Amino acid sequence: MDLKTNYLGLKLKNPIVPSASPLANDIDNIKKMEDAGAAAVVLESLFEEQIRHESKELDHYLQFGAESFAEALTYFPQANDYRIGPEEYLKHIKMAKDAVDIPVIASLNGVTVGGWIDYSRKMEQAGADAIELNVYYIPTNSRLSGVEVENLYIDILKAVKAAIKIPVAMKLSPFFSSMSHFTRRLDENGVDGLVMFNRFYQPDIDLEELEVVPNVILSTPQAMRLPLRWIAILYGRIKADMAGTSGIHTAEDVVKMLMVGAKVTMMCSALLRNGIPHIKKVLDGVTAWMEEHEYDSVNLMQGSMSQKNVADPSSFERANYQKALQSYRPNI
Amino acid sequence: MSRLKVTIDGNEAAALVAFKTSEVIAIYPITPSSGMGELSDQWSSEGQKNIWGTIPSVIEMQSEGGAAGALHGALQSGSLATTFTSSQGLLLMIPNMYKIAGELTPTVFHIAARSLAAQALSIFGDHSDIMSTRQTGWAQLASNNPQEVMDLALIAHAATLESRIPFLHFFDGFRTTHEVRKMEQLSDEDIRAMINDDLVFEHRLRALTPDHPVLRGSAQNPDVYFQGRETVNTFYLRTPKIVQNAMDKFAKLVGRQYKLFEYVGSPDAERIIVLMGSGADTADETVEYMLSKNENVGILKVRLYRPFSIEHFIQAIPRSVKSIAVLDRTKEPGSIGEPLYQDVVTAFTESLDSDDAKFKSLPTIVGGRFGLSSKEFTPSMVKTVFDELNKSRPKNHFTIGIKDDVTNTSLDFDPDFDIEPAETIRAMFFGLGADGTVGANKNSIKIIGEETENYAQGYFVYDSKKSGSMTTSHLRFGKKPIKSTYLISKANFIACHQEVFLEKIDMLKYAIKGATFLLNTHHPKDEVWNKLPRPVQKDILEKKIKLFVIDGYKVARETGMGGRVNTIMQTCFFAISGVLPKDEAIEQIKDAIRKTYGSKGEDVVKMNFHAVDKTIENLHEVEIPDKVTSDFELPPVVSDKAPDYVKSLTAEIMAGRGDFVPVSMMPIDGTFPTATTKWEKRNIATEVPVWDPEVCIQCGKCALVCPHATIRQKVYKEEYLENAPGTFKSTNFRGKEFPGMKYTIQVAVEDCTGCALCVEVCPAKNKKETRLKAINMETQYPLRISERANWDFFLEIPEIDRREVKVDTIKGSQFLEPLFEFSGACAACGETPYVKLVSQLYGDRMVVANATGCSSIYGGNLPTTPWSRNKDGRGPAWSNSLFEDNAEFGLGMRLSIDKNAEYARELVAALKPEIGDDLSDAILKADQSDEAGIYEQRQRVDDLKKKLESIDKPQAKRLLHVANYLVKKSVWIMGGDGWAYDIGYGGLDHVLLSGRNVNILVLDTEVYSNTGGQMSKSTPRAAVAKFAASGKPLPKKDLALIALMYKNVYVAKIAMGANDVHTVKAIIEAEKYDGPSIIIAYSHCIAHGINMAKGMDNQKAAVESGHWPLFRYNPDYRTEGKKVLSLDSKPPKIPFEKYAYMETRFKMLTKSHPEISKQLLKLAQEDSDYRYHFIKKMADILDGESNGQNGNQ
Repeated sequence: MDLKTNYLGLKLKNPIVPSASPLANDIDNIKKMEDAGAAAVVLESLFEEQIRHESKELDHYLQFGAESFAEALTYFPQANDYRIGPEEYLKHIKMAKDAVDIPVIASLNGVTVGGWIDYSRKMEQAGADAIELNVYYIPTNSRLSGVEVENLYIDILKAVKAAIKIPVAMKLSPFFSSMSHFTRRLDENGVDGLVMFNRFYQPDIDLEELEVVPNVILSTPQAMRLPLRWIAILYGRIKADMAGTSGIHTAEDVVKMLMVGAKVTMMCSALLRNGIPHIKKVLDGVTAWMEEHEYDSVNLMQGSMSQKNVADPSSFERANYQKALQSYRPNI
Repeated sequence: MSRLKVTIDGNEAAALVAFKTSEVIAIYPITPSSGMGELSDQWSSEGQKNIWGTIPSVIEMQSEGGAAGALHGALQSGSLATTFTSSQGLLLMIPNMYKIAGELTPTVFHIAARSLAAQALSIFGDHSDIMSTRQTGWAQLASNNPQEVMDLALIAHAATLESRIPFLHFFDGFRTTHEVRKMEQLSDEDIRAMINDDLVFEHRLRALTPDHPVLRGSAQNPDVYFQGRETVNTFYLRTPKIVQNAMDKFAKLVGRQYKLFEYVGSPDAERIIVLMGSGADTADETVEYMLSKNENVGILKVRLYRPFSIEHFIQAIPRSVKSIAVLDRTKEPGSIGEPLYQDVVTAFTESLDSDDAKFKSLPTIVGGRFGLSSKEFTPSMVKTVFDELNKSRPKNHFTIGIKDDVTNTSLDFDPDFDIEPAETIRAMFFGLGADGTVGANKNSIKIIGEETENYAQGYFVYDSKKSGSMTTSHLRFGKKPIKSTYLISKANFIACHQEVFLEKIDMLKYAIKGATFLLNTHHPKDEVWNKLPRPVQKDILEKKIKLFVIDGYKVARETGMGGRVNTIMQTCFFAISGVLPKDEAIEQIKDAIRKTYGSKGEDVVKMNFHAVDKTIENLHEVEIPDKVTSDFELPPVVSDKAPDYVKSLTAEIMAGRGDFVPVSMMPIDGTFPTATTKWEKRNIATEVPVWDPEVCIQCGKCALVCPHATIRQKVYKEEYLENAPGTFKSTNFRGKEFPGMKYTIQVAVEDCTGCALCVEVCPAKNKKETRLKAINMETQYPLRISERANWDFFLEIPEIDRREVKVDTIKGSQFLEPLFEFSGACAACGETPYVKLVSQLYGDRMVVANATGCSSIYGGNLPTTPWSRNKDGRGPAWSNSLFEDNAEFGLGMRLSIDKNAEYARELVAALKPEIGDDLSDAILKADQSDEAGIYEQRQRVDDLKKKLESIDKPQAKRLLHVANYLVKKSVWIMGGDGWAYDIGYGGLDHVLLSGRNVNILVLDTEVYSNTGGQMSKSTPRAAVAKFAASGKPLPKKDLALIALMYKNVYVAKIAMGANDVHTVKAIIEAEKYDGPSIIIAYSHCIAHGINMAKGMDNQKAAVESGHWPLFRYNPDYRTEGKKVLSLDSKPPKIPFEKYAYMETRFKMLTKSHPEISKQLLKLAQEDSDYRYHFIKKMADILDGESNGQNGNQ
């Protein structure tokens, strides 16, 4: 049984990769992931704003109230060195690389060109095998056109690609007017992979406190339908490898993703919910399914159910919507 | 050999040498010496080594007495050990100092000489502490400026090893410890060359060791003690020579020659002044000037004060001297003269005794006092003293620097006399504590000192408030060495960093003709002239001052600097002053920024760079019109309605004219009227809370948490609204307690600090716009006039009858008038809400013993006090004794009150026939357990007093004087954790077991807040504090649990932000308990590095994480069958880490020492879990007991 796959030019032993999550903050967890069979690991994102914020926050509070009152000219001992910035993250990459043999993909989340380039270069130097760029951008500015938003992504991609040699994947949001056109542009600008899709954690309302509150909800298997459709549509139309993420919980989910054209499937919620050994369970499930259905390699199934290769390509399009509605019968 | 030129302060200069020549450093923080210990700790934690290549061990002790004890032990065990202290701290070391000297133990203590607490505490400099130790057998060596501090520190360390006499090396607190001066730094080679290793080996050979056992510290009897005491004489006799030899050796090595007694002046001077300390530099400068005017004068600087060498002293004085003034920077009431004066007289008298006496007769010798508590000592004063010596009978026992119109000791001096060389640039900067002015000026003077050929000096003055405080920076630089150890009074450059100060201080009175004035203002350059107060315009025109303006606030806003205009104003200073070429100045500023902020991340550096770059384009010179156009005069310091003592004394101090207050105006025994902060009207808040009656649910929480008592609520009859100002807000009272009444929340916007704590705790939200609450912050300025009128009107509405209020509720307690208001504590202080609450509940019958610390400073630092009075004239009586003795001090108050009450009751009983049975019995059997009971007893006592006036018996007169004690008094012992956990713990422990009815309120900030964030035993594990730079490795002491073990003590652990009802309840229970009570109150603090406006959230998190479990232990319940120990907070529901990450004190460790932080946070989590579970188990066990299960009743 050949589970091997290629993603971003990396030769992976199977198509299961834990996606960016707090689990990967702990080297022991990364080891456990490898032991459970993960083919690679994506580290939790380094947030550009977090570094900026921490720097300013530390400066603010360390000097707050200082030089105001004769008896207390300062309130804290002076430390000559603070590890502000990506140093800790870089150290973590290095430790992860030392701890496991599987590829380690660093993840960078930010919005300005300056931060990206600098940090991505350092991540490469720290030993990352690839970088996943995560542009978590909510375009609230009503004067900003769709093209301008897309250009932001393209500019970042170009800048990072020019700065480093290791492969670069981009984690996308599903909210683009023309996904096909936009992914083609990314493709033309050399993106090595597309991770579909970023889950934007939507805020919630606390009715008692009348406050907007962040509310992280783990994904459900239904969430995979959206990436499933777009990977199916894009397969064969772009050069970049695609990773399916969101809602991958079972071996069947993995198989479906591979069949529509994903090179790898990424898991997060399932691991947070079921623990890291869940990887092995899914992997065993995939193997069992393949045995049962007589697939001898992952390669064979990859793209087999893509829009290009299915009998009825319209099933991924508007026609599918119409059919779905017609076929729905409420359970009364 | 060329040495590094550095621009550092005196503390750092001393610490550099002490650290290099020591192995063990035991310290305890006390202003102004703390900096030396802090630097030593910092260097030790950075791994810096002494000259023998090992890292000195630095330990913080629980008191100065503890530090001295630890040092004694370290010295006896063969280490080279040192410490740093000041004032009463030094006094606490005296017992050990006798021992150390008696055992001929070499060591040096570096002393920031400071006033002693007498009629009042003062943190500033004089020699009172030093003089209190001159009898201990220690050598005393004085340094007069920061360079000398470094040099003589080394000479002291060298001489002590050779002489075996321990040394006090002292220099003036603040004036020298905190003066930043350009100096030459001694190298390690210099230090090595001065310290003789053979002498170190000898010291080690004397160490107590089981390998060569000896006994030291024996007890001796009348037969031999005396002789034993005389054995040391030879050591003292040879010490002056040893010190002079060390000075000579130092001179050969470094080039600076010192003498035991150093004469400066005319070789045939007839008039000389003898003095020591920083004043000697000013005297030196003045003598230089007077010599140029052909005056025949000189000064003698005393360096080695003990052992006092008459021989060297007489040698140093010119034969020609006819009259001598000896200046002492201390006061010894009742003596025949201050110590240096007496020594000089004795020295001269004894010198006459020899056949070859240099002087055949005594010159005229007079003594005078100067410079107490850093009182300015200026060339004018020096000149005045010399002039006095010209008289045939100069005044003896004079004072200089003050106006003594009571015993007429003072000499009059000319405040305008100025001798500063014109080529020395003198710059003054008026800034706000929070705007970073001082920090930037420290950088500026460093740049000038280290990057130019100029000599440079910086000195910084702060006011006594912890919020909205003003700072004044005094910078001097120029080609001539600077000896001016006094404040600038004639400046070439004046900068006002906050335009509001223009209305408060006449700063241009310091400007010389043609000076430059830099103003940070939001007015455009074309409009600014007309916005200036009239006196400012007049000064600018008369003195032909050049005016530059910048909207620093705008530049700060646009460059992300927030409220900090430091970098911007610093850039302006360099741009205007031209001390460096513009581009070079900018490069140097940026370099300083890199050094200051580099470790905190590139973004902060870039932000500051950006501010520098944006500054120049916003800096403008203003064209000055030819006439005064403004009719805006400076407002009076206090309102006309203020009482006379406030107008005559308090206001003068507030206006910065305290130096001119004569002796006759000062209280004779340190007693001041209370209720004075209300006259300050500091107007420091840019934004203030505004009440929305429509949204308000009338819960009282805003008033409860307000640290400054600027938000108040009242319930009142509608009739009082007649004559209300148009903007006065009122609504119907919503509760059942006062039907038909009106309700108002009023803010004292002129007293508010704008901390927003009230807004954060307000639970009511505007239903239409959820961003709004029932209290919202709005810009103060437009509201000032109308709200001033509203506040005055609000105060006129009668206070509620205390008997009608449910005091054990939040809402109810907040109807009680706070008798602690408008303190100068930090904005959003976490301590003052507790203090204020206690004042509301018991203020009209409470006495407060307050430990030294934040609460004694915001409670009792002149000019004003927040402790207040009600309309009947009753209010808290407050006093601060010391830091270490507060529990005992409070107990003493209780003993006295109880004794007086007991005596009064005895007299009532004795006078029963005259007073009448009914009244006597009612008084003696009165139930005073609630407000009604207190009220009725007061009525009875009033009746009693009336009756007593007509009873013609001695007992009646006696009873009249103690009758007020028949009304219950509430004794409160307050202080911080530094006092309760550390220095005052022994006393506190004793008081807890005294059985007496005292209420101890520990305002626990888990750190020494007042002295700048040093670790206490309350500091939690994993928190960073001074002396715990790598995070505190050990868990905090659990004072509450210790107290609980005593069984008879009421104990409560409270946190207002977590459970305000619990806080009120605990305070009431504690007061009610007829025995010792201790309440440990979690107080968020600026020293935690938190968003102070959200301080109550931090309190909540402390409780929710299990770090601060809430509980009450009430011994009374033991007999009442109730739960004796009530655990009042739920099991931890957030990890300790989550709480910790809200506070810089924990978070900074994750950035500075990530690995250590990880380990310590894990252990801190275990501490929290353990603490909660331990108390829970205890509660369960005691619950079982009180239910009789264990039968332990």
